[in-house]
Amino acid sequence: MMNNKKQLTIAVSGLNAIDSPGPGVPVIRGLREASSFNCRIIGLAYESLEPGIFMHDLVDKTYQIPYPSSGTDSILERLLYINEKEKLDVIIPNFDAELYPFIRLEKRLLEMGIAMFLPTLEQFEERHKVNLNDFGEKYGIRVPKSKAYHEIAELSNISKSFDYPVLIKGKYYDAYVAYNIDQIKSYYHRIVAKWGAPVIIQEFVHGTEFNVTGLGDGRGNTIALVPMRKQYITDKGKAWGGVSISDKRILELTNSFISQTKWRGGFELELMKDKKGEFYLLEINPRLPAWVYLAVGVGQNIPEALVNLALGLKVDPMKEYKVGSMFVRYAWDMIVDIQEFQTISTEGEL
Amino acid sequence: MKIRSNIAVSASGLIFNPDTGESFTVNPMGAEIISFLKEGLGQEKISLQITQKYNVEPSAFEKDFEDFMGLLRNYTLLDDE
Repeated sequence: MMNNKKQLTIAVSGLNAIDSPGPGVPVIRGLREASSFNCRIIGLAYESLEPGIFMHDLVDKTYQIPYPSSGTDSILERLLYINEKEKLDVIIPNFDAELYPFIRLEKRLLEMGIAMFLPTLEQFEERHKVNLNDFGEKYGIRVPKSKAYHEIAELSNISKSFDYPVLIKGKYYDAYVAYNIDQIKSYYHRIVAKWGAPVIIQEFVHGTEFNVTGLGDGRGNTIALVPMRKQYITDKGKAWGGVSISDKRILELTNSFISQTKWRGGFELELMKDKKGEFYLLEINPRLPAWVYLAVGVGQNIPEALVNLALGLKVDPMKEYKVGSMFVRYAWDMIVDIQEFQTISTEGEL
Repeated sequence: MKIRSNIAVSASGLIFNPDTGESFTVNPMGAEIISFLKEGLGQEKISLQITQKYNVEPSAFEKDFEDFMGLLRNYTLLDDE
């Protein structure tokens, strides 16, 4: 049978399918199931043991790329090399930390024929954990009280501003519950060593955690939206199981977020419902989450829609999804020839 | 009182609330009462059905029924609020 689907080459990062998983592998699963195109998948990896590198049924070829902290020039240089070999059509960056350099490179990459569909720099900055209070005030969304701390000395007076326990968060990743100043200081050092300053202290809201993933077209329209309740949470706070739900207030809140911010790209909202039934927006992740395959599984292939938006194609909003479908994550041991590990480690590509 | 229309109840007694993602299991008696509630039967008719079918005094059934309704209400599964 003739296959008239277009063929795309799509580069995807976030291949770290580990206990705190990146979204790369589930994004690729969505792309592999796309009905509107076939694709060759190029993995972009930072570490040579990211499991996605060795998943050859999902990833056709992987290149190591420099860490975001190395600056946009070195990232661009590497992407020029990769593009020369692979002729990329689209890149989907999946880490918060790499979004800033990729947003800055968006125009340059487009000139090279590589499309992305990312939030604007203004959207990226505005939703930052450090700015969450201002964000909530501006858009009329309830958020827990948060404050950024750049120096450990500033934390000494924290009990004047917050009641214990509090959440202490890194600017990109990591969050811990702290019950006293000693724990706060210990977590401060741990977080700053990994992610740099500032840390964010946030009011701890007791309740039930809900997450939403979706896609905004950049003009205020919701292209996709699937809410989920975490059913099984790991000690790192990651969902190991979840179920799609249909709470109207979550749908309204998310549509309002997209229409007011004119959000461009994929996202994840982290929500907490307190004992009074009020929803608090805890965090806005400006990229697709690691559980995005649930959205694919319930009828909204968000990675596919994101690629088509990146290519400037018209994408109709996906309004329906199956409620009451679960995802259950699992760990899987792959057997990998040491030669493959040597190749990615020494040559930077596999 | 009624079970909220969007609440899914399986034949084996699994209740799923699509708003909150919560799921519960009930024993066969609970499932039978829920099926009556879904049909729109009120407490009196349910009591009649159960006490005729099983060896239980109406007064004992009434107490257990109200306890059960309290649980359903607590988990926001009823439509009477």
